[in-house]
Amino acid sequence: MVKYVIKRIALMLVTLFIITLMCFVLIRMLPPAELPIEDPHSVVIEARREAAGYNKPYLVQFGIFLKDIFTEWNWGVSDVLYFGQDVSNIFMTRLPATVFVNLYSILFSIPIGIVLGIIAALRKNTWVDHTISTLTMVCISVPSFVYAFLIQYFLSYKLGWFPFLMNSGTNYFSWGMFVSMLPAVMSLSFSVIAGFTRTTRAELTEVLTSEFMLLARTKGLTKTQATIRHALKNCMVVVVPNIFSQFIGIMSGSLIIEKIFAVPGVGNLYINSINGRDYPMFMMLTVFYTTIGLLANIIVDISYGFIDPRIRMGSKK
Amino acid sequence: MNKNQNVEYERIPAEKFEFAQLDAKLHDQKFETKNRSYFADALLRFKKNKSSVAAAYIIGFLILFSIFAPIISPYTMKDRDTVYTNSPPFIESIAEMGIGIFDGAVVHESQNDTQYNFWRGIGEETGMNPLIRILDTTTTVSMYRGQEKESHSYRLETNKYYETGIVYRVFSYDEFEKIQQYQNETGIQIIYPYVEPSAIEGLTDNPNIWYQISDTKGTPVLDENGDFIPVYSTNKAIEGAEYNSLRIEGDDGSYIYSARRSGAVQCRVCYYNYYIYLNGHEPMYVFGTNSLGQDLFAGIGIGSRFSLIFAVVVSAINLTIGAIYGAIQGYYGGKIDLIMDRISDILSAVPFIVVATLFQLHLAQKVGTVGSFLFAFMLTGWISMAALTRKQFYRFKNQEFVYAARTLGASDKRLMFKHIFPNSLGTIVTSCALIIPSVINTETTLTYLGIVNLMDLAGTSIGTLLSQGQTSMTTSPHAMFFPALYFALLLISFNLFGNGLRDAFNPSTRGMED
Repeated sequence: MVKYVIKRIALMLVTLFIITLMCFVLIRMLPPAELPIEDPHSVVIEARREAAGYNKPYLVQFGIFLKDIFTEWNWGVSDVLYFGQDVSNIFMTRLPATVFVNLYSILFSIPIGIVLGIIAALRKNTWVDHTISTLTMVCISVPSFVYAFLIQYFLSYKLGWFPFLMNSGTNYFSWGMFVSMLPAVMSLSFSVIAGFTRTTRAELTEVLTSEFMLLARTKGLTKTQATIRHALKNCMVVVVPNIFSQFIGIMSGSLIIEKIFAVPGVGNLYINSINGRDYPMFMMLTVFYTTIGLLANIIVDISYGFIDPRIRMGSKK
Repeated sequence: MNKNQNVEYERIPAEKFEFAQLDAKLHDQKFETKNRSYFADALLRFKKNKSSVAAAYIIGFLILFSIFAPIISPYTMKDRDTVYTNSPPFIESIAEMGIGIFDGAVVHESQNDTQYNFWRGIGEETGMNPLIRILDTTTTVSMYRGQEKESHSYRLETNKYYETGIVYRVFSYDEFEKIQQYQNETGIQIIYPYVEPSAIEGLTDNPNIWYQISDTKGTPVLDENGDFIPVYSTNKAIEGAEYNSLRIEGDDGSYIYSARRSGAVQCRVCYYNYYIYLNGHEPMYVFGTNSLGQDLFAGIGIGSRFSLIFAVVVSAINLTIGAIYGAIQGYYGGKIDLIMDRISDILSAVPFIVVATLFQLHLAQKVGTVGSFLFAFMLTGWISMAALTRKQFYRFKNQEFVYAARTLGASDKRLMFKHIFPNSLGTIVTSCALIIPSVINTETTLTYLGIVNLMDLAGTSIGTLLSQGQTSMTTSPHAMFFPALYFALLLISFNLFGNGLRDAFNPSTRGMED
């Protein structure tokens, strides 16, 4: 198991390295942003670009880039959006908003999704199941920003329950902040809930028809007991890794939601850096999102191994 | 002896042969059912799935919409009306029936008497009453200088198109003459009598006031019957040009219809009729207009037409690349498989938004926006297809029919594409139906975010319409509602259709639903 984990992590790092290299070269090939001549920051940025090895061969630049990251966590300097500020500092101030929105969204979705999935599985082929399955289908097909529009129009504008945009402060634990986050959280949750419902339903229906369930009933357990003690446990094998990967995966899925509700998070920053051509910022966030995607994959694979001993053996692939 | 017998057997004359059981009855059971091919079977099972069939019809309808909407609509994306922006759906012939749809209605909250009279004034002058219905009236009585004074607050529904009423326009003499000629021919009155600002408390920015008012807010002075008192100008000294066309009721020929401006004339123009004069037809916005004054009906048609064509092209290309890549991977296996798998692993880990952005930055100047967008999809889009093909190839490559073909001397290429590939075709093609919605979704997301701008080639796209709609969401929700509805319907039905197709083509689920 340990060997498998190490192997997976090593592979992930290699992949990350190659992607970073490719993106780095492609980004550095673009002409860097023009600096205004009179601004005092221009001198600083110019000096830092010199230190980062602009004008040198790309591979040397990449070496300097990596060295700066590992020795002093220096990801370069923002030259358009936040003129003259460190990219990593801005990133750190933006990270909490994204994490909180996603965290709430996951906390919100897990119970609802799993409960709906269980209900659908237990009442298979009844109208309850059909309703839940249809809704799940709709929620998965339609992208979250359509819900975002609906929520923003009906709940925020027509009913006035929530503010239109998220508050911009850093006071993440205040009630006002929480309320202002809710529209974004809800918009994100629809597809996550649907995902959990579908996985739980599919797994549970399969488990419920398996032979050990029959045995459990035969030895005298009631249906509820058998379901809770045996079926649910087995079905969690698939659902729990899903939770991890959803949490990580949702971070990259919330770009549009962050823009619509003006969440002061990473996604918004990313879109701004693309539209504003702030290359150092773009570079750092690209690495961030790539890492997130890779982590989501690897966590699913590894947690399968931890939770289900049967899969651990098959790790040789 | 033996030799002789052999010779004898070698040349037996044909007539010596005899049918063994020509008349004998076959005791083998005859198939009573008809032969059914794989695709016919799949089709049959697809038809059983009601929701997928419904989805297929909806897709057909949406495709027809995307083809015909831009043709039916009299507008293109270049038609941007500066006055009728953010206007709700309106078709004049349906609006006249008064059934509450396509009537260009907007709701105004807490309007006072002055505002109410303002709209009444427009209706009285132009003959097109913007007021559709009064939804709610609140009456408050207050004491004003020792007298009880009643004032009302209304919730009104008005027609956004008639609401514009009269606007000021400056014409050259030629144009003025042409409009008059048009008026005489059609009987549609465009130019209305001029009102001097001095007659309406010096107001120069409110061309809709043609009656006596008592303050600059536009409070009307009504006569004893509650009617407006017109203050049309009869001052010949300021007249811009001779007027010899339609005259409004109550005009004895003394009203003037234009005021002199340097080298031109200024008129009060009924915008709705002026619009007919300019465009040759009434405003007909089936889905309303957006904040730029573009017709949404045509916009959704044009945008979705591009999306659909683009998605089909992308899936066709990715299908080809993915199938070849996956076939090589799956057929050869071993080292080649491992290396190719690494490559696709790495490519699939790059977030699509990064690929799209980098291609846009590097290639957009050389091959155009759409070209670079297409390349971006081609770079990573085939991976899922390749994985699918690879799996299918692993499933089939060790089966007897492949061994048989190999023994007969078939080449690798022949084995791959003549023997194995047709077997996995069903699975691969059906997954195409699920790739199309995901391409449309990605394309819409990126155009919504403004990372990719398709305005030049396609004119607009659903994503662009959505982001324009969002900016004016509170005032004109329809500008967001219609694109979002189309988009949601398209994705839901494509997904349902794709799922149904996948289940139908998957032999392992066969018989389970019965």
